Amino acid sequence: MRIYALMVLLLLSIPSLSQSCNNTLSGKVIDLHDGTALEGAMIIVAATEQVITTDSYGRFSIPNLCNQTYAIQISHPYCLTDGYKVKINGATDKTFYLEHHLEELNEVILNGKSQNQKSNTVFENKLSKDKIEQFSNGSLGDALNSLSGVSSLNTGNTVVKPIINGLHSSRVVLINNGVRMEDQEWGVEHAPNLDINTAENITLIKGASAIQYSGDAIAGVIITEPEKIFVKDSLYGKTLVSGSTNGRGSTVTSKLTKSYDNGWFGTVQGTLKRYGDFEAPDYVLSNTGTFERNASLRVGLNRFNYGIEGYYSFYKNEIGILLASHIGGAEDQVRAINSSIPLVINDFTYEIAYPKQDITHNLARLKAFKKFEDFGKVNLQYDFQQNHRLEYDIRVGDDSDTPSLDLVLKTHTLLLDLDSKFSDKTTLKTGIMARYQDNFADPSTGVRRLIPDYEKYDIGIYGITSFQLNDNWLAEAGARFDYTYMDVYKFYRTSFWEERNYDELFPEIVVEEYDNQILTNPQYNFYNVSGTLGTTYTFDNDYKIFFNYSLASRVPNPSELFSEGLHHSASRIELGGLQFTSEIAHKISLTLEKNGDVFGFSAQPFINNINDFIVIEPTEVEQTIRGNFQVWEYRQTNAQLLGIDVDAYYAFTNNFKFKNQFSLVKGYDRSEGGPLISMPPVNTTNEITYENPKVNNLKLALQSEFVFRQNEYPNNNFEVYIAESESYELVDVSTPPDAYHLLNFRSSMDFKVNQKSNLTVGLNVTNILNTSYRNYLNSLRYYADDLGRNFLLNLKFNY
Amino acid sequence: MKTIKILSLSVLASIALASCSSDDDTPEIVNEEEVITTMTVTLTPDDDSDVITLQTRDLDGDGSDDPVITVSGPLSAGTAYDGVIVLLNETEDPAEDITEEVEEESDEHQFFYTISSGLDVTTEYANFDEDGNPLGTEFTLTAGEVSSGTITFTLRHEPTKPNDGIDDAGGETDILATYSVSVE
Repeated sequence: MRIYALMVLLLLSIPSLSQSCNNTLSGKVIDLHDGTALEGAMIIVAATEQVITTDSYGRFSIPNLCNQTYAIQISHPYCLTDGYKVKINGATDKTFYLEHHLEELNEVILNGKSQNQKSNTVFENKLSKDKIEQFSNGSLGDALNSLSGVSSLNTGNTVVKPIINGLHSSRVVLINNGVRMEDQEWGVEHAPNLDINTAENITLIKGASAIQYSGDAIAGVIITEPEKIFVKDSLYGKTLVSGSTNGRGSTVTSKLTKSYDNGWFGTVQGTLKRYGDFEAPDYVLSNTGTFERNASLRVGLNRFNYGIEGYYSFYKNEIGILLASHIGGAEDQVRAINSSIPLVINDFTYEIAYPKQDITHNLARLKAFKKFEDFGKVNLQYDFQQNHRLEYDIRVGDDSDTPSLDLVLKTHTLLLDLDSKFSDKTTLKTGIMARYQDNFADPSTGVRRLIPDYEKYDIGIYGITSFQLNDNWLAEAGARFDYTYMDVYKFYRTSFWEERNYDELFPEIVVEEYDNQILTNPQYNFYNVSGTLGTTYTFDNDYKIFFNYSLASRVPNPSELFSEGLHHSASRIELGGLQFTSEIAHKISLTLEKNGDVFGFSAQPFINNINDFIVIEPTEVEQTIRGNFQVWEYRQTNAQLLGIDVDAYYAFTNNFKFKNQFSLVKGYDRSEGGPLISMPPVNTTNEITYENPKVNNLKLALQSEFVFRQNEYPNNNFEVYIAESESYELVDVSTPPDAYHLLNFRSSMDFKVNQKSNLTVGLNVTNILNTSYRNYLNSLRYYADDLGRNFLLNLKFNY
Repeated sequence: MKTIKILSLSVLASIALASCSSDDDTPEIVNEEEVITTMTVTLTPDDDSDVITLQTRDLDGDGSDDPVITVSGPLSAGTAYDGVIVLLNETEDPAEDITEEVEEESDEHQFFYTISSGLDVTTEYANFDEDGNPLGTEFTLTAGEVSSGTITFTLRHEPTKPNDGIDDAGGETDILATYSVSVE
C-alpha cells in the first residue's frame, strides 16, 4: 500500500528545471492528538530524493528546493504514513500533523492499567520473543531461570517454580495477560499454570515496586504480555515444532492472527506437548512424562480513544512424579538417600502412572478502556479463573484411581484503573481492585483436606505518581492499601487441637465436635499497607542509576495457616499456625546500568528485610504406625536477604559477543541466627555467541553454566533406628549436592520460503557432556540425578 | 460510552450473583478411608500355652499422638505358633478390615519380619500371591531358646517381587511396628 502511494507521488512530481533552487522548507512534525513533537519522523521529498529525519523537537529543515509543488511523504514508526503536496515559494515554513496512535492504542489495550514501563525506578529484566521461543518446549520457570537473580525450585524437571532473589511461591506474583494468576501458587510443587507460548514478552521486576499489580510481591512480579496487534489489515501466524531426544517427545504450538484497519482483531493459539520418561545420564527417570494441552482465544476492538477486548485461555497439564520419590517415613528415606541410584527404575514409557498431578486452569478476561481528554485513560477489567488441581497418589483397593487431593479454586476480580497525565512531567496512576475467591476441597477423596474450604474477599486501592524533574532525574512514589477477609471452615484432629492448646486459645471458633475431629470456623481480617519510593538518574547518555525502596505486606497463605498432616511428596508432617500475621518486607535495590554498543552491564545489589517472615523448619520426629516422620512446623521470624545480580556483555566484533551473568543471594534468620533453607547457590553463566545476518541469519551460541555448592544451610539431619541393621542411621536431608558445570549449545538459521513466510531451523544441545549432577533446589534431588544430555530440533514457520 | 456502561453493569451483576450463590453450609467431615490405625498379630501356639497378641494402635494416624504398642506376654520356648495379621481402620464405625484389601492386591504387597540378633525366633511365610511369591499376612513363628529382643513387622506396598528379603525389596512402607518380646 505504502509503495503504491509513493509511486503515485513520484509520478505526480516531475520536476521543472528552469528555476532557482535554493529555497528551504522548514517546520515541525506534530502528533495530531496531543500536540507533542514527533522525533524520528522520516520525510522523503519525491524527485529530489532527499531524506530528512526530525530532531527531538520534531523539527526539520530541507534545503535546495525550487519554487514549485513537491510531493512529500512522512513516515514515523508508530504512525500511518501519509503523503502531502507542498508548494514552495521562497523559504517556506510548514507544520505537519500525523496520527501518532498505532503504538499508543496497543499500549492501552495490552497493558490495560499500566504504561509500558511497569516500574520506573526499578531495573526491569525482560525476556523477548526470541528468548521465549527458545523455551517453547519448556515452562515459564525454565525461561525465567535464564535471567540473572532467578533460580527455580523444581520437583523433578517438569514442575518448575521461579525463585526471585531467593524467594518463591506466594511471594512471587504472576500477572498473566493482565490477570493475577490464582493457581494454588502457595505449594512448592505447584508450578505456574500457564502456557509460555501465549507470551510475547515477559518482564520481571525484582521487588514489590509495581504496586499497581499487588502489594504483596515480596519476591517480585512477573508480567507476561501477549503480542501487540496493529490496526491494519493483515493475516499472519506462526507454527513452532520441536522434538527432543530426552523425553522422546515434542511440542507443537501455533498461532494465527487476523486484524482489520477498522480496529477489530482476533487471535487463536494452541499448544500440545507430549513427553515420555526423561532420562538422567545413567538411567531412566521413571514416571516423569508430561502431557500438556493449551488453547487461547483473543478478540478485540482497538480504536484511538476506546477499545474492548475479550480473552479466554484453557490450560491442562498432566505431570508424572518420579516413582522413586514415592516413599513412606524416615526408614524409607534412609534407604532412598543412601542409594546411589533411584529405588525404582523401569523401562522407558510414555505412560503417566501414579503419582501424578492433573491440573486444569481456565481464565477468562474482559476489559475495556476509554480515553477522556481532561482526565486520562480509564480501564475496566473483569476476570474469572478456575483452577482445578488433582493430585494422585499410589493408593490401595477401591481408592486406587481416586485423587488424594482435589481442589477447585475460583477467583473473580474487578479492576478499575485511571492513568492520568497532569503535565509533560507528572503522571498519576490510580486504581481500585475487588476480588472474591472460593476454595473447595472435595471430601470424596477420602483423604483429610490439605487446604480447607474457604472464602476470601480482597479490596485494594493504590496511587502512583511519577515526576520527571529534568532530563536526568525521574522520581516515583506510590502507596497501596489492601483489606483481606477470610472465612474458613477447617477440621482439626482433636489430638492436634489439644496439643497446640488451641482449645484454650481459640474456643470461640469451634463449630462442632466429632469423635476425633473438630470443625472450626476461623475468620481473619488483614489490613495491609504497601508502597514504593524511588528515583532514576541518567547520565553520560549510556548510564543509568535506579534506586528504589519498596514496602510489601503479604497475608499468610492457606498452607502456612492450616497445614496439619502428612505432606506425602516430602515425606514429612507439616504443621501451620492459626495465629500468623502478615509478613512485612522492606527492600532496597540499587542498579547501575550501562548500555553501550560494545560494552554494557548492569549491577543490581539489594537488601530485603522481612519482618514476621514465615519459615518452615523441623522440630521433632513423630512416630506413627507407618514409621517415623520428621515434623516440620511453620513459624514467624525476622529474615534478611541480600545479594547482587550482574549482567554484562562485550562485543569483540560485530559478529562475536560475550555475555556473563552472575547471581549471589544470602538469606539469614535474624531472630534465631543461622542461614535460611533453600537459598539458591551462587551461579554464573558465560556465553559466546556468533551471529551473521548475511549467512541466513546464522546464530551460534556456546554456554557454560556453573552452579556452586551451597555452603550455608541449616542442618536438619536426624537419626532413625533401623531394625534390619539394629542401629541408628543418619537421615541426611540437609547436605547440599556438589557444585556442577553444564555446557549447552544453541544454533539457528533462517530460510525464506516465499514472499511472506520464512522458516527458522534450530538445533540445541543441553548438557553436552552428559554430566551427572544434582540440584540443591530440586526437591527430588535425594532420589535421582538431574537430566542428561538432550538434543533438540526446532522448526519455526512464520507466515 | 454506552457499551462501557452496559459492560460494567453486567460485570457488577455477575459478581453479585456469584457472591450470593455461595452457601453457608458447613463442609462434610472426611474420615480417612485407607488409613491403617491398628495392626494386631495373633500368635496361636500348637501346644496348650497362651495365645500371644502383639498390637499397634494409632487412632489419630499421622497426628501428634504416638501409637500404643502392647504385647500380651512372653513366647514359650520351643513352641511353634501360627501367626495371623489383621489390619483395621478404626476411624470408621464399624472398623474397616484393611487386611482384605491387602490380600486382594497380594502381588503388590509383602510383609517382612525382622528379628533382632539376640532373639532366638524364626519365621516362615504361610500365604502367597498368585505368582507364588510370599504375602505374609499369615506365617509361622517358632520360638527357640530363652532369649529376648525385638520383632519388627514391615508391610511394603509395591515391592520388587520376588526378592531376597527386605534389603532389596524396595517399595513404600505402609506399616512399620517393632515389638519387644521375650522367649521364656
